[in-house]
Amino acid sequence: MSNKTITVNFGPVHPAAHGVLRLLLDLDGEVVERADPHIGLLHRGTEKLIEHKTYLQALPYFDRLDYVAPMNQEHAFALAIEKLTGAEVPKRGQYIRVLFSEIGRLLSHLLNVTTSAMDVGAMSPITWGFDEREKLLDFYEEVSGSRFHAAYFRAGGVHKDLPDGLLQKIYDFCISFPKALDDIETMLTENRIFKQRNVDIANITKDEAIDNGFTGFILRSTGVPWDLRKSQPYDSYEDFNFQIPVGKNGDCYDRYLCQIAEMRESIKIMLQCIDNMPEGEVINHDAKIAAPKRADMKTSMEAIIRHFKFFTEGFQVPAGEVYTAVEAPKGEFGVYLISDGTSKPYRCKIRAPGFAHLAAFNMLTKGHLLADVPAILGSIAIVFGEVDR
Amino acid sequence: MSANLEAALEVIKQLSKVQSCKIVFDLLEVEVDKDNILDVLSELKDGDHYQFRQLTDIAGVDYPNKFPRFEVVYHFLDFKQNIRLRIKTKVSEEESVPSITAIYPCANWYEREAFDMYGINFTDHPDLRRLLTDYNFEGHPLRKDFPLTGTVEVRYSDIEKKVIYEPVNLQQDFRNFDVQSPWEGTKYEKPNEISEGDNEQ
Repeated sequence: MSNKTITVNFGPVHPAAHGVLRLLLDLDGEVVERADPHIGLLHRGTEKLIEHKTYLQALPYFDRLDYVAPMNQEHAFALAIEKLTGAEVPKRGQYIRVLFSEIGRLLSHLLNVTTSAMDVGAMSPITWGFDEREKLLDFYEEVSGSRFHAAYFRAGGVHKDLPDGLLQKIYDFCISFPKALDDIETMLTENRIFKQRNVDIANITKDEAIDNGFTGFILRSTGVPWDLRKSQPYDSYEDFNFQIPVGKNGDCYDRYLCQIAEMRESIKIMLQCIDNMPEGEVINHDAKIAAPKRADMKTSMEAIIRHFKFFTEGFQVPAGEVYTAVEAPKGEFGVYLISDGTSKPYRCKIRAPGFAHLAAFNMLTKGHLLADVPAILGSIAIVFGEVDR
Repeated sequence: MSANLEAALEVIKQLSKVQSCKIVFDLLEVEVDKDNILDVLSELKDGDHYQFRQLTDIAGVDYPNKFPRFEVVYHFLDFKQNIRLRIKTKVSEEESVPSITAIYPCANWYEREAFDMYGINFTDHPDLRRLLTDYNFEGHPLRKDFPLTGTVEVRYSDIEKKVIYEPVNLQQDFRNFDVQSPWEGTKYEKPNEISEGDNEQ
């Protein structure tokens, strides 16, 4: 027996690396002694590009961060602009944004729960989960025209009103979805292999989670009931009645349970949204951060001028600095926006939840077996679009 | 939330090493000299009235026409009082900021990112390597004087049978349309026209 540690490359093209993670693992036999994630293989310079684009042109970059739940990212950017300009969002716009934020949460959790289940050997849930995701992406397509890169949330509201009959389709989905979730749970929750692979793996305490900057369901799985939708409500989240699931042990299994429970809560919010959907405008046309209405452009010269200026020059945002955060599916997604009064952001720092989670990967994996690494990686919901930016 | 903010403002104003403190958009903004940052943070992390337990983010900002050139902006969160705190500190290209990894472990990657993107140095950082850019990358991409298109491009060379780096050669230059209209209220400054001492927004 020798004590020599060996270093292995995990990724960047490993299927369980959830994208383009290159992990350098120092192994003592099968035990991980040190994990050094090398990230940046998907770095596209989003923050630099945003500085060279108008606020409107910068928005679609947010779809490409956490591409699993695109609209949640746009939400943070839209909120930042609204805070700087002081623009109000019409109630219907807020409700639509809440509705689609929750759809995003389902999209993200469905993908993450089922792919991490696949990483530990369960093949069926991923096919069922992607079936449901496909239905949700159809809703994305109906409102925005594209399945992923929606660019639907805009400063001041949402781009267009919902098409006729969409609410009924979303309602039908909300009724049928819990059954699909039950199926996934039957395969996983009490499954002996799934529990062996996840229970008591990568336990984290409350203090460790807070010190390492964890947010979202990973923080909640340790027992901290912190959810920005409740604690710092944005849009109309204070109108909705929902619970925050918290875990107890902070292990991979609790993180899985939290995500499942959150999906059920999301369905509740979506149903309340559909029931109480207000009438009216979906975007604030008065604050000059949205394009003028088509109908006005037929009769008003000013509207045509504004339309032209809006899509060429963009709109000016008052100088100032603002930090806004939303509860994205994976945790606190924040935008630190510095405006210098022109129509382009001076600086836009994106605070991605996955970045902090992956930064603590060494702490999470230390002392675990190599075979646990994919399970841990799956349980912290890493998406490289947002980690690398 | 706002009552908590004002209470915290009063308390933090009393701290000796704080240069200025105000409320900006539902958030406490504090300016601190870079040499005092560790003292202020250790007081703020476990104070009597406030516990900014979580470091949310560290952002570098580049103001090429100011001195010191860079700003390092920290965001913190207090779970109990439900308030956010922003700490700003200024640093020039030659100087370095004390690393806060000893107080907040998650600062590790954020500081590496600021180092990578802006070339801001952090003293006593355990592992100050580049984070997001390529191996052997040169320059600091988020500095305002770094070109948007970068300086090198990468391709696979069939002759050399390996991936090679070449100076960037675009078929079409990046087109930056100047569409800002002169009659709008805001005063626009082109980067090469900025005069000394007139660089506030």
